[in-house]
Amino acid sequence: MSEKPKVAFYWCASCGGCEEAVVDLAEKILDVVGAVDIVFWPVALDFKRHDVEALADGALLATFLNGAIRTTEQEEMARLLRKKSKLMIAFGACSHLGGIPGLANLWDRETIFQTAYRDSPSTVNPEGITPQPRHRVDGFELTLPGFFDTVRALDQVVEVDYYIPGCAPTPKIILAAVQTLLSGQLPPRGAVLAPDRALCDECPRKDSRPEKLMLTAFKRPHEVILEEDKCLLAQGVLCMGPATRGGCEALCLQGNMPCTGCFGPTSRVRDQGAKALSAVASLVESDDADEIDRILAAIPDPVGTFYRYSLPTSRLRRKRPAAAARAGEKIAA
Amino acid sequence: MQEPKRNGNGAGGVGVYVCHCGTNIAGIIDVRELAAYAAGLPGVTVAREYKYVCSDPGQEFIKQDIRALGLGRVVVAACSPCLHEKTFRRATEQGGLNPFYFQMVNLREHDSWVHTDREAATEKAKDLVRAAVRRVRLHQPLERRRVPIDPKVLVVGGGIAGIHAALTLANAGKKVYLVEREPTIGGHMAQFDKTFPTLDCAACILTPKMTAVRSHPNITLWTYSEVTKVDGYVGNFKVTVKRKPRYIVEELCLGCLECIEACVYKQAKVPDEFNLGLGKRKPIYLPFPQAVPQVVVIDPETCIEFKSGKCKKTCVEVCGDRLAIDFKQQERIEEVEVGTIILATGFQPFDARRIPYYGYGTYPGVYTALEVERLVNAAGPTGGEVLLRDGHKPRTIGIIHCVGSRDEHTHRYCSRVCCMYSLKLAHLLKEKTDAEVYNFYIDIRAPGKAFEEFYNRVAEEGTHFIRGKVADVYPEPNGTGRLVLQAEDTLLGLVRRIPVDMVVLATGLEARADAQEVRRLFNITCSTEGFFLERHPKLAPVNTFTDGIFLAGCCQGPKDIPDTVAQAGAAAAEALALVDAQFVELEPNTAYVLEEECSGCKTCVPLCPYSAITFVEAKKKAEINEVLCKGCGVCVAACPSGSIRQNLFEDAQIFEEIEGVLAHA
Ligand SMILES: Cc1cc2nc3c(=O)[nH]c(=O)nc-3n(C[C@H](O)[C@H](O)[C@H](O)COP(=O)(O)OP(=O)(O)OC[C@H]3O[C@@H](n4cnc5c(N)ncnc54)[C@H](O)[C@@H]3O)c2cc1C
Ligand code: SF4
Ligand code: SF4
Repeated sequence: MSEKPKVAFYWCASCGGCEEAVVDLAEKILDVVGAVDIVFWPVALDFKRHDVEALADGALLATFLNGAIRTTEQEEMARLLRKKSKLMIAFGACSHLGGIPGLANLWDRETIFQTAYRDSPSTVNPEGITPQPRHRVDGFELTLPGFFDTVRALDQVVEVDYYIPGCAPTPKIILAAVQTLLSGQLPPRGAVLAPDRALCDECPRKDSRPEKLMLTAFKRPHEVILEEDKCLLAQGVLCMGPATRGGCEALCLQGNMPCTGCFGPTSRVRDQGAKALSAVASLVESDDADEIDRILAAIPDPVGTFYRYSLPTSRLRRKRPAAAARAGEKIAA
Repeated sequence: MQEPKRNGNGAGGVGVYVCHCGTNIAGIIDVRELAAYAAGLPGVTVAREYKYVCSDPGQEFIKQDIRALGLGRVVVAACSPCLHEKTFRRATEQGGLNPFYFQMVNLREHDSWVHTDREAATEKAKDLVRAAVRRVRLHQPLERRRVPIDPKVLVVGGGIAGIHAALTLANAGKKVYLVEREPTIGGHMAQFDKTFPTLDCAACILTPKMTAVRSHPNITLWTYSEVTKVDGYVGNFKVTVKRKPRYIVEELCLGCLECIEACVYKQAKVPDEFNLGLGKRKPIYLPFPQAVPQVVVIDPETCIEFKSGKCKKTCVEVCGDRLAIDFKQQERIEEVEVGTIILATGFQPFDARRIPYYGYGTYPGVYTALEVERLVNAAGPTGGEVLLRDGHKPRTIGIIHCVGSRDEHTHRYCSRVCCMYSLKLAHLLKEKTDAEVYNFYIDIRAPGKAFEEFYNRVAEEGTHFIRGKVADVYPEPNGTGRLVLQAEDTLLGLVRRIPVDMVVLATGLEARADAQEVRRLFNITCSTEGFFLERHPKLAPVNTFTDGIFLAGCCQGPKDIPDTVAQAGAAAAEALALVDAQFVELEPNTAYVLEEECSGCKTCVPLCPYSAITFVEAKKKAEINEVLCKGCGVCVAACPSGSIRQNLFEDAQIFEEIEGVLAHA
């Protein structure tokens, strides 16, 4: 038996990118593997749920859980791993803030099933079957995890000790976080393990932003040829950098694409989308209501833009269920 | 007064004081029930209700409770904080607490005055009090800051308003810089012959004040100058003044005017601005005989030396060893520090060409009122003889009132002085020409002291009054050279067509063309009509929204000379009050940047309506000047990384208050 601390990796409603991010540590992963015992990692190692259940409570130093909580099974696993771990780490934007799957909170189970299993053009489902938690076939009972109306971030289900932000977290952030956790010098509980300044602070284009920036039009990246060294906002492209925690070394900007906000807000902001919105609104150069409407119409999906990663943990959390249902009816009709 | 309710929450708790405001509040809200409710709230040590908490005994309760019960926080549920926040903060302070350990609930404007249902209003009052109690517990002690006031004053504009304000301040021993754009001070008043309603000679009352400005040891007069930059804040403005070259060394010119006589132009050929082009001047000139300073100006546009460099320069010859003429004079920049500023930039007359059917600029017989002021003036281009452009003396004259005023196509407002100066001109024209004078008016506005009497006097003199708006001015057919004024006489109910030799347009007063630029320069606001906006139409009529900047005269709106002078005196008094206080106390509810956290995104920088935020390049961070900050909160809301906070409006306090309101039992 090794004396190394035990850790688990688990995934919930996620795209798999966070798993890739761990693999992306490349040879550095060996340092991590050398320092800990990975006792549970469904994507890579063949341990099962009963192996986890067999562990003593608190036996794990930490669980790194990525993905949002969408199904009953995910909730059960989150609770189980919470019980077995000294530290529960929300890994990546979906677990931290709700993430892209969280945008489903503009709908609910009914409307999502309606679209996914009935209305979408690629679906052939003449009997209109939708997933059921239980189903009997030839005398056997089959089960599926239940599907919640609302997507939740990890800390809306279990207590979370630390957060590693990003979609996906960058190698630098992951390594720094792991080192912090292994060092025993733990930051205050609930901390996001990344710098607490907005991205502009480390953006290589920072100096090119004029002091007085006013815009009469917003453009999307595919509509302009973007200059490589000029602040994107100054080029009329909506960048979430000012409203987003830094630490990613402005990777998207280095790729000549705007920040989309995956590191979430700084610790001082409760609602990243609202903050970004009020900052962006203040850039609009017009006093005329119609013109302002016209300018803002160039942002076709405000929720998906300002709350791309943070809808479930924002003040909005979700569309009101009734409203979501009504919107669904319209789509279904 | 009931026995105070206590719940034994002990020292450092909250004291809640519910005011009846006579029946204003108690008439709708059950104040006893409210106080009893407040007493039971967590953290509340004592809750009282009283008829007038703002009265001395009311305030005494607060002070005594702080001392006797060791209160840590105070909530007063009464009227609007605009009215009594200061009062209760003072009481809190006198009781021995930091004055900002206080929160006010507006039970009157926000509740009793706007509701009729007693029960619901009382419930709402409970919500508001609960919110305040929860919020006040998070209050932090704050300090008011003092900034010293530079005693020097800048007055911009040397019309009668600026002159009067400058003299008032200078006589009180303050140093004044008076900056006037034109080569002379005097403004519009200097162009008038007589003034209504007393008909005293404008020059006789104005020129002594003008010369007093020139000779006053406390006044630095800069004519032909403009303010180009204003930095700083109340008490500490830094002002940059551009002094245009007049090509005369002001200190050396004696005002003998021999150069004008000696100019190679034997005849004056250039249309003269002061006489609105009705007279002529030379390239070297004095705007008018009583101009102050008595220093000539050279107009480089028409001076031969400037145009060709080949003039004989007879002016320089005659000036001789006085050496006052300097063709190489350059623009000069002066920088001064002042503590307060009075803006007195006046008005411009409405441009009569904007109403083409009155024919100004088309028919030579059409004049603006200001032109007629010059024509009737003994020092004017015709020596006071009223002669038309064709050299004739008019026998019939029509005065059209409200040109460019009270009309939705031009200006909706009444220019206030046109009726009265029209009566004045009617009187003067009649006196000088014995012509028949017709006044076309909408209604006569004569609401000042001795105005109505003056109207009656002019009417008795035989001036005709026709109530109706002139719809058209056209030449009389068959070439008499006369102009026909067509108007519907609304008293008689028929259309009148009156042929006249001379038409006088009583053009209104409007904001100067550059009012918006001046507004931006001084960081003040304009009303929709374009005049500078006072802070409060009744209670702060000469203040602006920028502390330390005051308004006087027609730059704030049309008015006559008495009102202008009264306002100039008021502005001077406001400036004096600041200067003599020697410092201003600043409210501490200002915003501040968390320097460590600021990402330097610059979002906030252009948003501050008071230009309080600068981006410090060396640190690449934003910084707020707390003296300039008015605590509007714009930047706090806008900072996308939450790196600006505001005293008294911390997120935690606001959320606690919101949750307090929403925690309805
Ligand atoms: C035809 C006519 C007749 C009138 N008759 C009478 C009358 O008989 N009795 C009466 O009581 N009122 C009369 N009035 C009203 C009177 O003119 C005003 O009340 C008075 O002139 C207002 O004085 P003021 O100093 O505010 O403005 P102004 O006289 O306009 O003076 C403003 C001064 O500021 C200067 N200035 C402007 N902008 C700047 C700048 N940016 N920087 C520096 N300097 C600047 C101007 O050059 C000017 O010298 C009459 C008005 C008109 C149009
Ligand atoms: S609170 Fe208002 S006044 Fe103060 S710095 Fe911010 S924007 Fe300017
Ligand atoms: S908006 Fe906030 S982060 Fe951006 S410069 Fe201003 S204070 Fe700094």
